[in-house]
Amino acid sequence: MAAEGNSIDALSQFSLTPVLGAVGNSVGFTQSTAHMLLAVGVVTLLMIWGMSNRAIVPGRLQAMAESAYEFVHDLAVGQIGDEGKRYFPFIFSLFMFILLGNLLGLLPYGFAFTSHIAVTFGLAALVFVIVTIVALSIHGTHFFSYFFPEGAPKALAPLIIPIEIISYLSRPVSLSVRLFANMVAGHVMLEVFAAFVVMIGSAAGVLGILGATLPLAVNVALVGFELLVAFLQAYVFAILTSIYLHDAVHLH
Amino acid sequence: MSERDGFEERLREARARRGLDTPRPGRGAPPSGPWGIGFRAGVEVVAALGVGVFLGIMLDRWLGTWPWLFLLFFVLGGAAGVLNVYRLFNPRRGAGR
Repeated sequence: MAAEGNSIDALSQFSLTPVLGAVGNSVGFTQSTAHMLLAVGVVTLLMIWGMSNRAIVPGRLQAMAESAYEFVHDLAVGQIGDEGKRYFPFIFSLFMFILLGNLLGLLPYGFAFTSHIAVTFGLAALVFVIVTIVALSIHGTHFFSYFFPEGAPKALAPLIIPIEIISYLSRPVSLSVRLFANMVAGHVMLEVFAAFVVMIGSAAGVLGILGATLPLAVNVALVGFELLVAFLQAYVFAILTSIYLHDAVHLH
Repeated sequence: MSERDGFEERLREARARRGLDTPRPGRGAPPSGPWGIGFRAGVEVVAALGVGVFLGIMLDRWLGTWPWLFLLFFVLGGAAGVLNVYRLFNPRRGAGR
């Protein structure tokens, strides 16, 4: 992989390269964009194709589609309450898009677009704006009481309100950084150990090949771990979105 | 009737024994070990501090009061970070649906 000489180039895997020739070059259509479209396509196909039979005893694809639906549905209703059904489409789209982004990045030649802070922050900013709009549309100006917990001494207001506002504004930052950092860390680790395999394997004959199996084994374990992280981070993103929506719907 | 009730009861017990009824995940508690919790807390603190510093610097640039608002918002950002970590373990009052 990227083991040129003795240095390990773990970050070049995240660089964007335009695809689709001159057209892609001129509009900035990169492999990241291509994978986003692929993720949307896969999710759409899974839902349409999987549910096309509407069998009572579901086949594999239908079972997958149904369990994904029910998982997110339970999550949304469990966190937000009955009103959560209104926001289920949004949470489901977010969850599936991020999950597919994480998983596609684990395939050979795949690219995890969630390893770019621009993408994750875009998603988190979308969540932030939607949550704020929901809160404002349901509660009107009463929403601003969210920044001052009831029962707190009035004298502390100049201190509490800025802190609460900063805390509120830090939500999209922590939401995006968490997903982004997890994906980057995972892919860097995979790259580093893959580079070890090449470096040790090309070092000294039989001994080198024997030694190279060690980092290879680590990489196999890491891929399994990354599968877990891919699910977990999509789940965390979805559950935090639901919690923010819960706060927006119920205020306190 | 009692026969059916007994069946439902036995079915539920069997499902629980086999671990088919996964318990509902708790509010805002993604299943993760100590590393996960530590990482979450760290991200929360750094995010709040970053937002505070950013706000402070921007307000200073706007009002020309460098470095006073920066210093003030640095402290407020740190406090917001502590508040975020506190909320991580103790969600807001009455938030229990």
